Amino acid sequence: MRAQFVLQEVWTGLRRNLTMTIALIVVVAISLALLGTGLLFVKQVDNTRTYWQGKVELSVYLCTATSVSPQCHQNGPATSSERASILADLRKLPQVKYVYYESQQQAYQHFKQDFSRDPSFTRLVTKAEIPDSFQVKLKNTQAGFGVVAGTVQGRPGVDQVVNDASILSKFYSLLGGARDAVMIIAVILTIAAVLLVANTIRLSAFNRRRETSIMRLVGASNFYVQLPFLVEGVIAGLVGWLIAAGLLVAVKSLGLDTLQRYFPYDIQLSVADLVEVIVLAMVLGVLLCGITSFLTLRRYLRT
Amino acid sequence: MIHFDNVTKTYPNQSRPALENVSLDVEKGEFVFLVGPSGSGKSTFLRLILREERPTEGRILVAGKDLARLGNWKVPHLRRRIGCVFQDFRLLPNKNVYANVAFALQVIGKPRRFIRKVVPEVIDLVGLEGKHDRMPDELSGGEQQRVAVARAFVNRPMILLADEPTGNIDPATSIGIMKVLDRINRTGTTVVMATHDAAIVDSMRKRVIELEFGKVVRDQSRGVYGQAY
Repeated sequence: MRAQFVLQEVWTGLRRNLTMTIALIVVVAISLALLGTGLLFVKQVDNTRTYWQGKVELSVYLCTATSVSPQCHQNGPATSSERASILADLRKLPQVKYVYYESQQQAYQHFKQDFSRDPSFTRLVTKAEIPDSFQVKLKNTQAGFGVVAGTVQGRPGVDQVVNDASILSKFYSLLGGARDAVMIIAVILTIAAVLLVANTIRLSAFNRRRETSIMRLVGASNFYVQLPFLVEGVIAGLVGWLIAAGLLVAVKSLGLDTLQRYFPYDIQLSVADLVEVIVLAMVLGVLLCGITSFLTLRRYLRT
Repeated sequence: MIHFDNVTKTYPNQSRPALENVSLDVEKGEFVFLVGPSGSGKSTFLRLILREERPTEGRILVAGKDLARLGNWKVPHLRRRIGCVFQDFRLLPNKNVYANVAFALQVIGKPRRFIRKVVPEVIDLVGLEGKHDRMPDELSGGEQQRVAVARAFVNRPMILLADEPTGNIDPATSIGIMKVLDRINRTGTTVVMATHDAAIVDSMRKRVIELEFGKVVRDQSRGVYGQAY
């Protein structure tokens, strides 16, 4: 194998086919970047889910002196006997795994932690304004919600019952929708990339039909005839992938990580996640270009 | 060296065979002219030897190998032992004389040192010494054909096939090409040349095989172009 000769042929091929090669690289880059973005979204959603899995799923907020809802206004802040009876009733329910009481002090600490990035906001809120609550962990995630909520809703001392999952579902559907859209576009673009690789290689083979016919005539092996085209395809795939990798780093650091700031918790994707997606994109890009080139050539350069 | 045994070749969608029941032998080191009008089957004969086509019927042996039994992946190795020259030269226009000849060795993976040694020798052999750096469009037709011959011969094939090599060249220059082919033949290479050029056939006095409508109508050692009475 004369590497220098093959590379020289590859260079000639890429140069002669420059516009097509650029188009190919751009399409490969964009389709890989979108595919990678989709995968990053999937990972983000997974991570968020895992993060919340161990968390409380139902919060029963109690009335405080500053609560504004009409029932709190009517009944006044929760008394200690009301708290005790609510706690006892919750514990009796079979759907409940466990319950614990979060005092105003603890709630205030959590609040300050969650919004630590926004000190101007935390400074405005006083401890007295943060309600104490019962945090309820359910046995069967969603099924028990109605029963549990029904038991305590409207009782004196109870302000409101909040399902944490319902807050998250908005975020989930946002991420999920974005992910689906990105994936659909990525698949369409990948198909376009495959067709473009096939076309570029065919054009390249047509441009070099003199060379290839002479190569066949003087007894070059099929492998040797096809190799420059194959390498051409793979190089275009690799350059496209490099651009895609850059785009993916940008998507993570500028897109997903920034998005996190708008939510009161911090679940960033790790560098390992990003590397995994980028490596996957490379394998996919190289295979896509390599296999397409190979199949196109088999049809086009048949002896 | 070349053995045809009752070979018939019918192209798809054609009723009349391009070659019909052709049986002949070409020995090692022979020089054979293949003559006959256009469409008489000369090119088909050459394409069958190269295994660019497969015969419809019959058996072909080239250098002792049965082409029907030769796997597709072995065809390149067969072609390395056969050199080819065409009427239209088929040089690469963007490569100079040296690169055109070297190309034939590069694509079969010969080492650079070997290429640097043999390419100048062959260029000298065909009479193009000192013209290594010329591009094909800077050469006359005769010189371009010499480059093509050099490329066909550089890997020292056992057989050299020439399909009307003087077809695009004036008679005076053709004599020079024939001298080169004769020189190559003298090294022991079997030469099979399809041609319409009566003057050349008559002057060379080599074996002549005449084809007509795909059949061998004459096979004569030391023959001439026209019918000999």
